[in-house]
Amino acid sequence: MTGTPFVEALAEIVGARHVRTALPERVTYARDGLPTHRHVPGVVVLPGSRDEVVAVVRLLAALGVPFVPRGAGTGLSGGALADDDAVLVVLTRLNRILKIDPQNRLAVVEPGVVNARLSAAVAPHGLQYTPDPSSQTACTIGGNVAENSGGPHCLKYGVTANHVLALEVVLADGRVVELGSPGGEPWGPDLVGLFVGSEGNFGIATRIAVRLLPLPRAVRTLLADFSALRTAGEAVSAVIASGIVPAALEMMDQSCIRAVEDSVFAAGYPRDAAAVLLLELDGGREEAVAADAETIEAILRANGARTVVGAADAKQRERLWLGRKKAFGAMGRLSRDLVVQDAVVPRSALPDVLETIGRIAAAYGLTVSNVFHAGDGNLHPNISFDGRVPGLKARVDAASSEMMEACIAAGGTITGEHGVGLDKLRYMPLIFDGDSLAAMRAVRLVFDPEERVNPGKVVPVHACREWAGAVRPAPMRALA
Amino acid sequence: MSLLDRVRALLGDDAVDVPATHDGVPRVAPGSPDAVALLLGTARSEGWRVRIEGAGTWLAADAPADLALTTRRLDKIPAIEPQDLSATAEAGIGCDLLRQQLADRGTWLALDPPGLAGRTLGSVVATATAGPLRQGFGSIRDHLLGVTFVTGDGRLVQSGGRVMKNVAGYDLTKLEAGGFGAFGVIVLVHLRLRAVPRADRTLVLEGSREDLAQVTDDIAAAGIQPAAHELLSPALARRERWTLAIRFAGSAALVSAEETGLGAATGGRFTALRADEAHALWTHAAESFAARPVAFRVGALPDSSDELLDLLQHQVGDEWISASPGIGAIRWGGETTADRLRRLRRTLAGLEVPLTLERAPWPVRAAVGHFGAYREGVGPLVAGLRRTFDPGEAFVVAVEGTE
Repeated sequence: MTGTPFVEALAEIVGARHVRTALPERVTYARDGLPTHRHVPGVVVLPGSRDEVVAVVRLLAALGVPFVPRGAGTGLSGGALADDDAVLVVLTRLNRILKIDPQNRLAVVEPGVVNARLSAAVAPHGLQYTPDPSSQTACTIGGNVAENSGGPHCLKYGVTANHVLALEVVLADGRVVELGSPGGEPWGPDLVGLFVGSEGNFGIATRIAVRLLPLPRAVRTLLADFSALRTAGEAVSAVIASGIVPAALEMMDQSCIRAVEDSVFAAGYPRDAAAVLLLELDGGREEAVAADAETIEAILRANGARTVVGAADAKQRERLWLGRKKAFGAMGRLSRDLVVQDAVVPRSALPDVLETIGRIAAAYGLTVSNVFHAGDGNLHPNISFDGRVPGLKARVDAASSEMMEACIAAGGTITGEHGVGLDKLRYMPLIFDGDSLAAMRAVRLVFDPEERVNPGKVVPVHACREWAGAVRPAPMRALA
Repeated sequence: MSLLDRVRALLGDDAVDVPATHDGVPRVAPGSPDAVALLLGTARSEGWRVRIEGAGTWLAADAPADLALTTRRLDKIPAIEPQDLSATAEAGIGCDLLRQQLADRGTWLALDPPGLAGRTLGSVVATATAGPLRQGFGSIRDHLLGVTFVTGDGRLVQSGGRVMKNVAGYDLTKLEAGGFGAFGVIVLVHLRLRAVPRADRTLVLEGSREDLAQVTDDIAAAGIQPAAHELLSPALARRERWTLAIRFAGSAALVSAEETGLGAATGGRFTALRADEAHALWTHAAESFAARPVAFRVGALPDSSDELLDLLQHQVGDEWISASPGIGAIRWGGETTADRLRRLRRTLAGLEVPLTLERAPWPVRAAVGHFGAYREGVGPLVAGLRRTFDPGEAFVVAVEGTE
């Protein structure tokens, strides 16, 4: 598409320097956070305002060109990748916080606002934006909306969908729609809830109103270590059954602990532990949080914790959390490539599933490190490997498949927060039948009848049964 | 062959052995999700118009239809998992029975919807009618892990699952929660549970609305986080003046600390209720809405709650009001006309506040619609979704009014 009138038309909208056509430039957008998928987009365009997004999308609609919305590219499912016949619409320049309303505890942001920046901006008002993906210092709110992102503190506070009040969305044909209301009550059915987590298939969110919550006035962070992975998994169930809901309840296994401790993010986790649990309790009342922390500590000890230590001060708390949040980065030390997997199982199934994952890793001769949101049953088995070794990637794929099948067999699902994207497409028929997949596709056709936005993601079209109510997609026009 | 004979041949005698409707519409009670699918598939091919019913205690069973499909025989609870804090229940189970079964296993569904205790779970989900606990535990959708529903042409569709986090595919559960049955009949619901709170306290304060609005501000400023923070009209609270009811639920330490904090922030003006008094207060407030012919909800910004209460008082009266001022949610009950509701919806739309009609006699529902005054671009999306899930327009649901 390089050098065509089409590219010139894009440049007229956003400015020539915000249209990337040279191969070396486009290659920088060929991956997201998952190293196993590589797709070089045909053109990369970076609109700088909502009006520019509308104009770009209308141009693409007029020409019938497929496009893929993208935020910071930190996703872990190959979801924000475009092929060479498609345009990558990068939204990082739409990075303004449009409104902070402390009285009503809400903020309105553009999609390119970085997650951690929003929390920092509202902190002086005693507020926080609670979804906190591990990539929060880089990932964008728009990306979080597309993926319905989670994070450690979602155990108590919920995932992105629980915090989005209203959206302004540019549909595939360039129409602008307003979904939801700042008060949280929808105009009609809950289209905000439907849009969040649609992985870019329903359009581009250009304005996002989010709910803010008060910063906790009291926090306790506990680190418990265990001599067996299974014991740690069982302790998770005991904590959950207590009725006290921790703000976060994270688990790391020995491989992960050692990777962190060998890195600059060393947090003081015991290197000889088979697993550690990192728990946080928070709330508005110091005495209540302290009492709940005592109860939880007793539960952990009664369920096999070797030691339970509390963060003595904010600095130690920060250090304990830094180790957890940078664990994926620390694993980069283990090998050249890392596949970060994502699945969810019922919490009571954690001990068995963790053992199964260990067996699968051993059978394939792979190094697997587990760091995950144990309180939600949201597993992240991470496979370290060197993609240059012949045949190794095939083994990684086969092991990943077996792990997914084990999670499904335990009553779980294939993704809890990373999305389906390209990576999990093949697993969708394992959890949804042809009618359910067809229903999803039919909904997508309501928003995007030509299936031009982020094509080929989320729903495996070949597995969909025919759907009488679906709008028939119009034939694709030739590319400009 | 009559319609009922045909259904009998299709689903067996049990499916039609249900109390007759008051308006003579044949009533059918399929005994399984597959039977619902079979029935609706047939309805599609025969062109039958179908109204969906639960226990018939919330939305009046009065829509004109060829067939009334009641979920009352879908009353099983296939799974309660205390260790996972999840449950799976069929849509026709009564909330009272479900609550009891959950409590027996040490678990709790943190929902207190308006209406009678025997309202079905499916009704609560389909109408997204959350009660005062929405302050601390969120709206209906926040308690759902997934649903299975049947489309207007008889397809069984599953969405979500039974695990705590799930982003596999589009979240159709959100469409079904609060869809008023326009996008399918909900047959099975996967629920997120909590452990039964170790402590549960309700405290009340009577006063003028203005006085209680100030107290609300004081509570927010003190960082108190109640499970419910509800402003009840005098009739609803069965007291002489407006009543602010605060409920704390959780660990004994949490509830005790919050109660102490509430006393400090408000000068000890609240009175703690005994457990039986608290139960009576909340039950009466919930059931009162089932005794009024019309109920609607509005969702506003918290700082405009007072202004909206004035507006409601002016336009439709304020005898039966239950409001969560901390989150801007207001439920109104009473008697009113379609014209007044339309006018109110228009006024509220000008203030960027949606009005959702929760219950009303069919003529009012048909005229006003559960939804209306859509924002830009929403109408075509809703119409497209209706065509998708009900291509033959089998469901008799007053999604939008006739205006």
